[in-house]
Amino acid sequence: MQQTSMHETHVGSPRNRVDGRLKVTGEARYAAEYTAPDLAVGYVVSGAIARGRIRSVDTKAAMAVPGVIQVFTHQNRPRTAWRAKAYQDEVAPPGTPFRPLYDDKILYSGQPIALVVAEDFEIARYAASLVRVTYETEPHETDLGKLREKAYKPPKTRSGMAPPPPRGDAEAAIGAAPFKVDESYRIAIEHHNPMEMHASTVVWEGDGKITVYDKIQGVQNTQSYITHVFGLSNDDVRVLSPFVGGAFGSGLRPQYQLFLAVMAALELQRSVRVMLERDQMFTFTYRPDALQEMAIGANPDATLQAIRHDAIGCTSRFEDYQESVVSWSAMMYRCDNVTTTYKLAQIDTYTPGDMRAPGAPTGMFALESAMDELSYKLQIDPLQLRLRNYAETEGGGGKPFTSKELRAAYQLGAERFGWSRRNPVPRSMKEGRELIGWGMASGMWEAMMEKTSARATLTIDGRLEVGTATADIGTGTYTILTQIAADALGLPMEKVTARIGDSSLPMSPVEGGSWTAASAGSAVHVACNAVRETLFKYARGMDASPLANADIGRVAFRGGRMELMADPSRYVTIQDTMRAGGVDRIEAEETAAPSRINQLRYAAYTHSAIFAEVRVDEELGRVRVTRIVDAVAAGKILNPKTARSQILGGVVFGIGMALTEESMMDHNLGRFMNHNIAEYHVPVNADIHDIEVIFVEEHEDKINPLGVKGLGEIGIVGTAAAIANAVYHATGKRIRHLPITVDKIIGEKEAA
Amino acid sequence: MADLEFLARQGFAPDAGPPKGLPDEIPITLTINGERRALHVRPWTTLLDLLREDLSLYGTKKGCDHGQCGACTVLLDGERINSCLALAVTKDGSELTTVEGLAGKDGTLHPMQEAFIEHDAFQCGYCTPGQICSAVGLLKEGHAKTREEIREMMSGNLCRCGAYTNIVDAIEDVLAKGAAK
Repeated sequence: MQQTSMHETHVGSPRNRVDGRLKVTGEARYAAEYTAPDLAVGYVVSGAIARGRIRSVDTKAAMAVPGVIQVFTHQNRPRTAWRAKAYQDEVAPPGTPFRPLYDDKILYSGQPIALVVAEDFEIARYAASLVRVTYETEPHETDLGKLREKAYKPPKTRSGMAPPPPRGDAEAAIGAAPFKVDESYRIAIEHHNPMEMHASTVVWEGDGKITVYDKIQGVQNTQSYITHVFGLSNDDVRVLSPFVGGAFGSGLRPQYQLFLAVMAALELQRSVRVMLERDQMFTFTYRPDALQEMAIGANPDATLQAIRHDAIGCTSRFEDYQESVVSWSAMMYRCDNVTTTYKLAQIDTYTPGDMRAPGAPTGMFALESAMDELSYKLQIDPLQLRLRNYAETEGGGGKPFTSKELRAAYQLGAERFGWSRRNPVPRSMKEGRELIGWGMASGMWEAMMEKTSARATLTIDGRLEVGTATADIGTGTYTILTQIAADALGLPMEKVTARIGDSSLPMSPVEGGSWTAASAGSAVHVACNAVRETLFKYARGMDASPLANADIGRVAFRGGRMELMADPSRYVTIQDTMRAGGVDRIEAEETAAPSRINQLRYAAYTHSAIFAEVRVDEELGRVRVTRIVDAVAAGKILNPKTARSQILGGVVFGIGMALTEESMMDHNLGRFMNHNIAEYHVPVNADIHDIEVIFVEEHEDKINPLGVKGLGEIGIVGTAAAIANAVYHATGKRIRHLPITVDKIIGEKEAA
Repeated sequence: MADLEFLARQGFAPDAGPPKGLPDEIPITLTINGERRALHVRPWTTLLDLLREDLSLYGTKKGCDHGQCGACTVLLDGERINSCLALAVTKDGSELTTVEGLAGKDGTLHPMQEAFIEHDAFQCGYCTPGQICSAVGLLKEGHAKTREEIREMMSGNLCRCGAYTNIVDAIEDVLAKGAAK
């Protein structure tokens, strides 16, 4: 807002979360924390085999438990939509979505096969243990490594996920390059594991109407799923998710507990809550593994001659989940000869899904590890290698960027980290019994915007309410929307209320992809501007208005007043203006959409430069990440405080990916065995040491009116690679298969 | 089991009182956030489920139900415990403080709550009540003096959003001000 640039604006300034008080007092309510007078509780029975069919299911003992209301199975499931397409939610990948209790087929281990509904939780849980099931097993396959030959190019591409077309002749150029790296890389399957387990509370309102509290990143996605699957109208279904206890992508698609809770509520005509157990959090979506082959060729002057990146990602047998794994290799550096391929192979699990920066940390682990390997072959500093091949346009020959201050990020990050003091020789730095390693990597993520609507309502009491149906999964959305709205009308933040997470609010896509600040933020911005203009018209029309001949661009909206910038003593108050205009509320609903022309003309990304220090005790095989500096170029930073937290969170996710997180499949059983958070290792406080976040100045004026790019993903993207590179620098051991666990540190030989 | 009259339970309204006619329920007394309560609990009910399901005190969170995540941390007689691992019937006569009981009656936040807001020591907020109760318990224990020690002794409380460094900042701040009670 140029008009208020003389004074501190909320946008761009550090602000505490507006929902902070609710969260620290325990008053913030999550999906399983709503109740109803006759609430029943559902408990999910999970299947025990990976593939086959249910031969028999005996619910008699469960039904006999006093307090059990009903046990739903595929045999007595109420009728739902017949067509598979009805189950395809807003972000479903191509294929046939999983339909809970649809028939006797078992598609994956842990599949929900019954729902026990009882008067309370403990009864439901006990009765669920009494459901007896027999199976007919069929051979399953969960080992991606065995499926290389069966990989296929997905016949239907998920929008935006196709690998870019090849350019030049990568094969020939790699053959001719005097320096090359040609290696295989893998990550581990990871599960999102938000702290709040997935839950849905369905309140039966009578007359076929329900109110649903769902753990979801898009209430309107849940609403449309319910209406399509259960044949209800939008008027019958209101969905709310005012608070979401983390999601990281697990809440993009409606999950099976929602289907089961709604089904039970409609059938029993009473309110039903279903919350999953932690082990059941390993029975739906996850970050897929991929078999990756990466080859890079370079000249002696360290200029890249060729990049080839092939990936085979795992998916389920029923949907072709796709993510951007290889495309980064075609865009990150200047290179004339690039080929990427992306294929899928089907395993007997639930469909994998988007997890924080889907595909990017996977592919960038390969690319940025290979770049590090190349730097040692070339005997050039890893940072210099990146700078030597810096892409001024997408991939060096593609679209220009809307903005790209990655060079500044490299520089500032390196300075803060002290990179220039690095001894380039592996195993050269030691303190006590620990080897010290310094590694770095780059990161990038697409800066997206999605069409979103918002409503702004100014009332004569000087309060402003803004609303859009997006979500805040801890990202700070409530707070930034409040800041944007407060600035538009020159109000203190206390006078502004942001409402989100309600399907009755104006249209918003799911919250994800780092697009929410740009999308919901822009929508609120334009809606508030419309209110602002209407208000200003009233102000000009007032009798003897001091603003009668003023241009809106020369008027400051500040402290509940509109005043002439040139002479702030000439002003009118919002209240007087509305009174004079004879209105007690001014309301506007507006839609913000990205500029198609700019999207065609430019490429828009956030970038990051990550520097990591590790300390490795070789005898114990223990790696500690003692220091991270992450310098981020992400356009306008709306709230440096919550923005920093977003990056901290992404970095912690990256540390987990690098060192501890791994969903371990027993291929014999076809089941993830460490399905709890004592054995699936989310980083704990003691694992996290110093993390410094730097936001680089980046002027952005093309992608949206706010110049914001989004921060949810970029923090994780290059982090695992930077840590793996630091481990190499510390130990001389190149570990190309995440996570870098004790056995790998001890078992891996030093590279030649 | 068979003689239990579960249908006697009418919903989950706050303070609905003890369900009538359930012989397996055991009378206990708990002081919860300063308020003495006579309760009837079944032997298998955890403190966590008692708080959430029966008393509608949803501030205490369920994140794993197995003592692995710390989201359910409450203060029992001033000490931090995982309420999911404590059977309510074994805590007869105890004094319980949940996140709802930390702020003053007039709404003044506990210094630890203030510090969590100021240092942005949370994102989604789901682990937050457990983190705050744990941090209050930690300072009362008096062992943690350095960041290193705070990190170590707060490692029973997972935060998937990754607010750890800010959590340590908040606790260190309160520790430095000596304001924790």
